[in-house]
This record gives sequence, C-alpha cells and structure tokens, in this order.
Amino acid sequence: MFEDLTNKFESVLKKIRGQGKITEKNIEESLREVRRILFDADVNYKVVSKFINDVKVKSLGQNVLNSITPGHLVVKIINDELISLMGSEKSDVKFSNSIPSVIMLVGLQGSGKTTLSAKIAGFLKSKGRSPVLAACDIYRPAAIEQLKVLGKEINIPVFSAENEKNAVKIAEQAADYARKNAKDTLIIDTAGRLAIDEVMMNEVSALKKAMNPAEIIFVVDSMTGQDAVNTAKTFHDKLDFDSIALTKLDGDTKGGAALSIRAVVDKPIKFVSVGEKLDALEQFFPDRMASRILGMGDIVSLVEKAQENFDLSESEKLEEKLRKNKFDFNDFLDQLKQVKKMGSISNLVSMIPGASSALKDKEIDEKVFTKLEAIILSMTPLERETPNVLNGMRRRRIANGSGTSIQEVNKLIKQFDDMKKMMRSFSHGKLRNLMKGLNLPPGMAKGLKLN
Amino acid sequence: MSFLDKLGFTKLKDGLTKTKNDLFGKVNRLINAKKKIDDEFLAELEEIFLTSDMGINTSEILIDNIKERAKQNKYETEEELNTLIQEEIKKIFSDTTSEFRTFDFGIKNKPYVIMVVGVNGVGKTTSIGKLAYNFRKAGKSVLIGSADTFRAAANEQLEIWAKRAQVDIIQNPGTKDPASVAFDTVKAAISRNVDVVIIDTAGRLHNKSHLMEELKKINRVIKKVLPDAPDEVFIVIDATTGQNGLNQVQEFMNALGRITGIILTKLDGTAKGGIVLKISKELRIPVRFIGVGEQIDDLQLFESEEFIKALFEK
Ligand SMILES: Nc1nc2c(ncn2[C@@H]2O[C@H](COP(=O)(O)OP(=O)(O)OP(=O)(O)O)[C@@H](O)[C@H]2O)c(=O)[nH]1
Ligand SMILES: Nc1nc2c(ncn2[C@@H]2O[C@H](COP(=O)(O)OP(=O)(O)O)[C@@H](O)[C@H]2O)c(=O)[nH]1
Ligand SMILES: [Mg+2]
Ligand SMILES: [Mg+2]
Repeated sequence: MFEDLTNKFESVLKKIRGQGKITEKNIEESLREVRRILFDADVNYKVVSKFINDVKVKSLGQNVLNSITPGHLVVKIINDELISLMGSEKSDVKFSNSIPSVIMLVGLQGSGKTTLSAKIAGFLKSKGRSPVLAACDIYRPAAIEQLKVLGKEINIPVFSAENEKNAVKIAEQAADYARKNAKDTLIIDTAGRLAIDEVMMNEVSALKKAMNPAEIIFVVDSMTGQDAVNTAKTFHDKLDFDSIALTKLDGDTKGGAALSIRAVVDKPIKFVSVGEKLDALEQFFPDRMASRILGMGDIVSLVEKAQENFDLSESEKLEEKLRKNKFDFNDFLDQLKQVKKMGSISNLVSMIPGASSALKDKEIDEKVFTKLEAIILSMTPLERETPNVLNGMRRRRIANGSGTSIQEVNKLIKQFDDMKKMMRSFSHGKLRNLMKGLNLPPGMAKGLKLN
Repeated sequence: MSFLDKLGFTKLKDGLTKTKNDLFGKVNRLINAKKKIDDEFLAELEEIFLTSDMGINTSEILIDNIKERAKQNKYETEEELNTLIQEEIKKIFSDTTSEFRTFDFGIKNKPYVIMVVGVNGVGKTTSIGKLAYNFRKAGKSVLIGSADTFRAAANEQLEIWAKRAQVDIIQNPGTKDPASVAFDTVKAAISRNVDVVIIDTAGRLHNKSHLMEELKKINRVIKKVLPDAPDEVFIVIDATTGQNGLNQVQEFMNALGRITGIILTKLDGTAKGGIVLKISKELRIPVRFIGVGEQIDDLQLFESEEFIKALFEK
C-alpha cells in the first residue's frame, strides 16, 4: 500500500515537474488517494477533510520539486502529521493522594471495560500498588460474576454488593472496603452505556461526583467506525475523562478511530488492549498507530534504519566495482554485514506492511544470513575473487567446511550470479537494487524499493 | 488542541441532542435550497454516506449511479429525487434474498439449528436471548447451547437470558471444549423433539487462526449429528463497526463455508450501521435482524426501507 501510495505520488509529481509548477489542483489529485486510505481506515469524515487540507498546505510549502524523491517526501509529511495528531508524549496513570486512589473505566457496551479493568489491576499490582476491583455494572447479566472470575484469575479482590441497585453506593462501599483492607487503588468497572442514554450518562456523572476519580479512562473498541467521534465527544463533555484506551487491537482493523478521537478530544491514549488474556496490555505508540492507519507497517523507521546503516562511501565503492565488473564474493559478504547491522530479520519483517501477517505462521529463519556468511567464509581467497573457478569439487568442500549442504552452496552461487547480472543492468547502482539482489524475505525487498 | 477548534466539532454534538427530525429532511432541505444536483449537493450526500460507514467504494458507486440516473430520467420534484436516491441504495440490498416477514421464518427442518458467531462484544449472547424469546412467542420450542467456554461468566450470562426467554439451556461448566457442548445440545434437541436450537459461541477475532479452527470444529461436530445442520449461521455485527466489518464476515465465511444472515446490533445508538451496505454489496449476505436495545423485546426484523431512511436522520 505504501509502495502504491509512493508510486502514485511519483507519477503525479512527474507530471507536475513537466509543467514546472506545483499547483493546488495537482497536489489535490494525489491527495485523493490518501483520502481513500484514511476513509478505509475509519478516520472520521471531518477529520479526514481537515487533515488533507493541512497536508496540502504543508506539502505546498515544502520544496517538493527539487527533492529527489518527492513522493516519498509527501508520504513522510503525511506520516509525521499523523503522528503529531496522535500525541507523542507517553503518560502514566494518575493517582491522587487520597486512599484509595480511584480509577474509573467508562464506554459503550462491549467495548472491553471489564476485561481492561482486570488487566489494569494486574498491571498496577506488578508496579507495587494494591488494587481492588469494584463491580459497578448492575445491569448486564452476569457482569459481576464476570469480574469476579477475572479478579480471581489474577488474585485481586473484587468488591461487589449483589443486592445493591445503586452503582454509586457500591462504589462508596468499595472505597470503604479498600480503606479497611489497606488497598491503595480502587478500579471501578462500570456498565456499558450509549452516549445518548441520558439516565445512564447521569449515573456515571454521579459516580464521578461521589468518587472523584484521579483517572477516568474512556474505553473504545479499535474496530469502531465513524461514530467514534460522537461517542467520545459526548462522554468527554459529560465526564471530562482523563485518558483513552484502545481495545481489540489484536485484530486486523486499521484503527482510524484512534485518530478521530484524538482530533476531538485532547486526551492521551494510555493503554492498548491486545487480547483476551489478562496480560495482553500494551503501552501506546503514536508512530506505530500512524503506520497502521496508513497501512504501511513501520516502513518509515525501516527506511530510516536503512539510511543510517548503509555507508554512502561503501555504496560508491561498490558502484565503481560494478562498473568495472569486479563485484565478487568479498563484496557480497560486505553487503550481508550491512544488512545484518539493521537488526534481526523478524524485527525487520515486522516493520513491513503485510509481510508480518503473510509470514505469521511461518518461522523466520534468523540463521539464513549466518549460513550465507559461513559459506562465503569457507571459500578460499581465490574462490571469492574469481567465482568462476567454483567447480563441483570445490563446492562440496565448501559445503563440508561450512556445515551446509551442496544444494545450499549451489543456491548461494546462483543468487550471487543473478545479483551480479541484475546489478550490471543498472548504470547507477543504488541501494534499492542491491537490496533487491539479496534474497530477502518476500515483501522486504519490495518495501525497500521506495528508497 | 488547535485542531479541534478549527474543526467545529461542537456541531456534531448539537446534532446528537437534536430530536430525530423528518427522515429525509436533510435531503429535502438540500434540494429546496438548490434546484439541481450540483457539487455541493453531492458533497453533502457523500458526507451522509461516508459517515454511515458504508465505505468510500460503496459511496462512490452510489453517487455515480445517482448522478447518472438524475441525468437520464430528469426528476421534477425533490420527492422524485428522494425516491431515486432511496431506490439506488435499496438496489444494494435487493441483490440479497427477500426479507424475513415473521419471526418463525422459513423453518423447515426439525430441529432447526442456528449457530451464532462474531467478534468479541458485539452482542451475540444478548441477541440469542432475544431470538429465543421471539421463537417461543411464535410457538416454537427452543433449546440454547452454551458453547462459549472461554469468556468469564459466559454460562451465567446465557443462563440468565434463557430464564428470561423461558427456554431450556444446555451447558457444561466443567468443559473447555465448545464442540462437545454443541454436540450435546443438538443431541438433546433431537431426543427432546425441540423445534429450534441456538448455539452461542465465544467472541473471536477473525484473524486468529486457532480460534477459527475451533469454530470449524464446532461446525463439523454439529454435522456429525445432523449432516445438513446448521440451518443458519448468523454473524452478529455491531452497528458501530467500521470498515473492518467486511473482513469479519469474509473470514467467518471462509472458515464456515457460509454465513446465512447478519444480525445488526446496537442500532439504538448514534451509529448508522452503514457497513452492512458494503457487506451486502460485496458478499450478498442478507441482514436478518436488528438489535435496538438491551431488553429482551429489543430485536426487530430487518427492513431495508426503514434502515435507509434512518441513514438520513441526524
Ligand atoms: N480479542 C480481544 N478481545 C477483547 C479485548 N478486550 C476485551 N475483549 C473481549 O471483548 C468482549 C467484551 O469485553 P468486556 O470486557 O466484557 O467488555 P465490557 O465493555 O465490559 O462490556 P459490557 O460490560 O457488556 O459493556 C469479551 O469477549 C472480551 O473477552 C481485546 O483487547 N482483544
Ligand atoms: N444498546 C445496545 N446494547 C446491546 C445490544 N445488543 C447487545 N448489547 C450489549 O452489548 C454488550 C455485549 O453483549 P454480549 O451479548 O455479551 O456480546 P457477545 O460478547 O457478542 O456475546 C452487553 O453489554 C449487551 O448488553 C443492542 O442492540 N443495543
Ligand atoms: Mg463489562
Ligand atoms: Mg457472549
């Protein structure tokens, strides 16, 4: 998708170059694609319109024309803009000095409040606090029982009052319980409610008034579509909540709701819930979320990493060699080392859009580079410099020496030949061509092509 | 945040508190102000479409069709334009089979086995309680199977619903094997000569292959007892769901071979549930019921015309 996007920009901007001038109309044409992506990711209608306009202004202000890869630049502007919208600073849960300090979770039906209440309780316990859970959902069938089961699983007390039909009273009694039992943190699980349900919204206001929570967390399902802004805004107007939690991010939704909500409510996203098990709790990373929405994995950091690690003078030396047709296994070895500097393969793969899900059930062989290296290191200096001499006998010796099979040696030599051929067809060797030659996992080479 | 100020989002909130006005009021007003379909009109139409969650593709196709038809058969009044717009949207639904007219819809086999699936928290268990209640009211005997062996207190929740609906339930709190509960339920239904069986399943995200395998196993085991069952596989979609809804249906369909209908829940909120338009268009799966609240009688038969009108409500 990212590649798509970049290519689209490149072609549009090429046209513009021909005309020598960037106009509003030109850039609009290319931004239409971004607009589609944002809608596909569930970003709210108004937020999209505003966002597109902002990016347009920023792109026009930049010297896009003279940049070597204008498409890439525009995409980076979009990405940076998304990240800044998402809020950057990491912030922790707030506590008050009173005992207990109260945390309250609110949100729509089925958004994941009860599960998250338990997760947060477990998390805070591991941080040295002593939490109590308060079962204040008196409406949903078996809601109290659900919280009790979860509390038991993580060994955290759950306060409930089965016969009490008033959520505020239960919360107050829970606070008493906490004080009597030396518990410093009270986590209130509330019933799911619609933002337009006045009676229920008044109940949660009353809870806030009585309990004065240090932290009210608005819990939202990451699969939510356009309605996210309405709900977030109404809950915020009523409660002035302190933070946002995104749930069910273990799914394959793009999660544009996160962006929409941040656009209408200036509160940090503090927690991300990524599974039904009680330890599936994560911190929020704005850059990851931005990439997810654009459908481009962590491609920007991948590109940055590649730029960091590829030594320019090395590349120039390499180009020289290529021109003189002197590329040999020693150079190949250098290339492998460069790639290895970028980190583990699975880590790299995880940054590539689509690649991680495509490879999710396959094990990524971290040893593949080590193997290739071992094979090359088992070659004599002569063999490395003049690969033509590699006959069957030599290949067998290399296989034995490197602890690999003759097939693996053959494969490497074939790859080397292919790579050499391919590189020769480019007059100016560029990073992307080199990367393509290394038999990278599917998607990785594709991802890097944009550089 | 400056972004917020510039957006004028306070308007949104005003919209919420406004009483539900004339169904097509918005379009009417648009047309009164203009006299033709111009860019401004189309932009407003697009906003209505996109904010319903029908997705940009569906919206673009609809708008193209509307433009095209408005050009061809020149409409005279705004009413004609309204009809035209409604018809175009309705076409998306009419590709699917005809709507259910009663709650004891086309039940042929006995027992008639209904399996209910969907992602986490969408309203499966609640909808099953409501369905059971409606079947019983229609004079059918019902047996519910509690095959959510994962979620905390799932059995207790379903049991309360069974009581409310006054129907029987099969559960086995001791097991972690949902397929065995489904098996027991269908077996029991046969021996008890029950009309309708409804199997509740645990919520699961469609991208988790091991959970989808578990669901396939439930399906297989049901077939062991009754080769043609389940008669219906309903997927529950929360009206607040965005574009991911299509993936959900697609993946459940891939796993089970078919999905026979959609239950669209939480339409009592502010979300429009427009994702079902996208789903209908792409996958041709009929919407069967809508959930409009948390009470047992808050389930209704889906009617496309009502649904379409509601798209234009504020
Ligand atoms: N896959 C996944 N499922 C989740 C996550 N968080 C919660 N769930 C599931 O979503 C469903 C609803 O979660 P609850 O915690 O009961 O949600 P709630 O907001 O308390 O729901 P109500 O009390 O009914 O309003 C349950 O099946 C949970 O197991 C998550 O991060 N990922
Ligand atoms: N407002 C509203 N809430 C609903 C509706 N259907 C279900 N719910 C609520 O959504 C939450 C999740 O429902 P549940 O049936 O447990 O979902 P499941 O996890 O899919 O079985 C519960 O709090 C229900 O009360 C509906 O149509 N409208
Ligand atoms: Mg709950
Ligand atoms: Mg359930």
